[in-house]
Amino acid sequence: MQRIINQPDMVVEDMLKGFVKANKGLVEATDNPRVLKSAFAGQKKRVGVVTGGGSGHKPAFIGYIGKNMVDAVAVGEVFSSPTARAFLDAFVAADAGEGVACLYGNYAGDNMNVKIAKTMAAPKGVRVETVIANDDVASAPKGEEVKRRGVAGEVLMWKIGGAKAALGGTLPEVIAAAQKAIGNTRSIGVGLTPCTIPAVGHPNFEIKPGMMEVGIGHHGEPGTSVSELRSADEIARLMVDAVVPDLPFAKGDEVAVVVSGLGATPVMELYILYDTIEALLGERGISVYRAFVGNYFTSLEMMGATFTAMKLDGELKTLLDLPCESVGLTVGEAG
Amino acid sequence: MKQVDQREAAGIALQMVKTVAENKQRLSDIDGLIGDGDHGVNMNKGFQLFRERIEGKDITFAEALLALGDVLLMEIGGSMGPLYGMFFSAMGTAAQDFDTIGAELFEQMLSGGVQAVQELGGAKPGDKTLIDVLVPALNAYQGALKEGQTFETCLEAMKTAADEGCRSTLGMVAKIGRASRLGERSRGVPDAGATSCDLLLETIADGFLSILGKGA
Repeated sequence: MQRIINQPDMVVEDMLKGFVKANKGLVEATDNPRVLKSAFAGQKKRVGVVTGGGSGHKPAFIGYIGKNMVDAVAVGEVFSSPTARAFLDAFVAADAGEGVACLYGNYAGDNMNVKIAKTMAAPKGVRVETVIANDDVASAPKGEEVKRRGVAGEVLMWKIGGAKAALGGTLPEVIAAAQKAIGNTRSIGVGLTPCTIPAVGHPNFEIKPGMMEVGIGHHGEPGTSVSELRSADEIARLMVDAVVPDLPFAKGDEVAVVVSGLGATPVMELYILYDTIEALLGERGISVYRAFVGNYFTSLEMMGATFTAMKLDGELKTLLDLPCESVGLTVGEAG
Repeated sequence: MKQVDQREAAGIALQMVKTVAENKQRLSDIDGLIGDGDHGVNMNKGFQLFRERIEGKDITFAEALLALGDVLLMEIGGSMGPLYGMFFSAMGTAAQDFDTIGAELFEQMLSGGVQAVQELGGAKPGDKTLIDVLVPALNAYQGALKEGQTFETCLEAMKTAADEGCRSTLGMVAKIGRASRLGERSRGVPDAGATSCDLLLETIADGFLSILGKGA
């Protein structure tokens, strides 16, 4: 393993310590070492926004803690759901008396731990409602959307939910906005190399050199097909062809786009991909209102990229444009 | 009907810790075939934390199960933490108001545990999960009990069914959890959760059988 680590079993603890030190004034530790919160959490009477998930997806999930974004995050082991206690403590950390919106991805462990934590939060007087992201079109066929996993579309869900909470939305309003955001969002990923969990020490799946896995998940879950690695233009086309008909996105739609690397693909290549994606969307009469290109939701050192599109309406545009500040996403005017 | 003293049965909980420690590598290896290979490590982490919490304390089996459930629920994430956490918590809850455990009470413990796992995880028999061990084990135990069999015979029936259930996962395609994303590729490999569940039920049954045998 060519990795910059100390103890393989301690990568999450070690990372969290560094993350808190590096982001003073924005992110704070809590009594639970597996829960981080925003320096702005709980100060105003507003709905708290919580998420959580396994580690190894930086900047997700802790990188989206911040102003007008996520208030508290439950942190799990690498690629493994946080405990129910971590979710519970994150709910308590984020609660300012107006309830908590827990916006997370559709994975078995997260579903169970959130469910238990929600039950435990009720006697503490913390009201919790959830939105479960399921934007990955490759993870289950159309018609079985409830089975789909959440991927990079979660970033847009947090942006929208965080903005709605910041504008004083009630818990049902924040939940409705976040649900609309993810309901309007579709993603697909392409993987070029596998990744290695430090504590395991070897890759737990394989992608042969010269090949790519289309529809790969954020933990190396196999996709819909394995094919020869093609050019950026061709990858862009197969991504757009998978995403556009699924919602479907139609002529005249305005969209927000995320093109995220999976960890080891140079950001330069993400722009090469984006160039064609925007052109192909344009050919279909779909215009990009705002684009985010970079490492927004990764998978350790996997090579590859995800493409995410969210169909916008007036409300989503307003919420998307609201300034926010976090390590992973900052929107707003200078000065 | 024979009864087992709860304080004597508490030792079974430490035998469960030993079972998990001895099978740590095997469980992780099985998990590595279609999962991320951490099942044995995670289970052992939880059971060792539990051992530290109860060691040297004079407690009942029910209290031990409640402590085990709490540790797994609160300290071990992923899918197995909550599933086993709820299983042992429900088993402990069913037994906590009694000094002894007999065939009928054990049935209530087991059925409470299985129900808790089903409610939380939503898996059905055939989905290639620990449910494929728990449901046949419970059915076999209840069947024997209904026939008026002894506690010992009920436990033996449970053990046999758990083992068969575990082996049945080999031919199944995973329909829930991360392995389900593999589709057909998950066939031919046992389910790691089913394997640990079989081992734990076997340890519990053997523990009770050993105490019951001493009294005979």
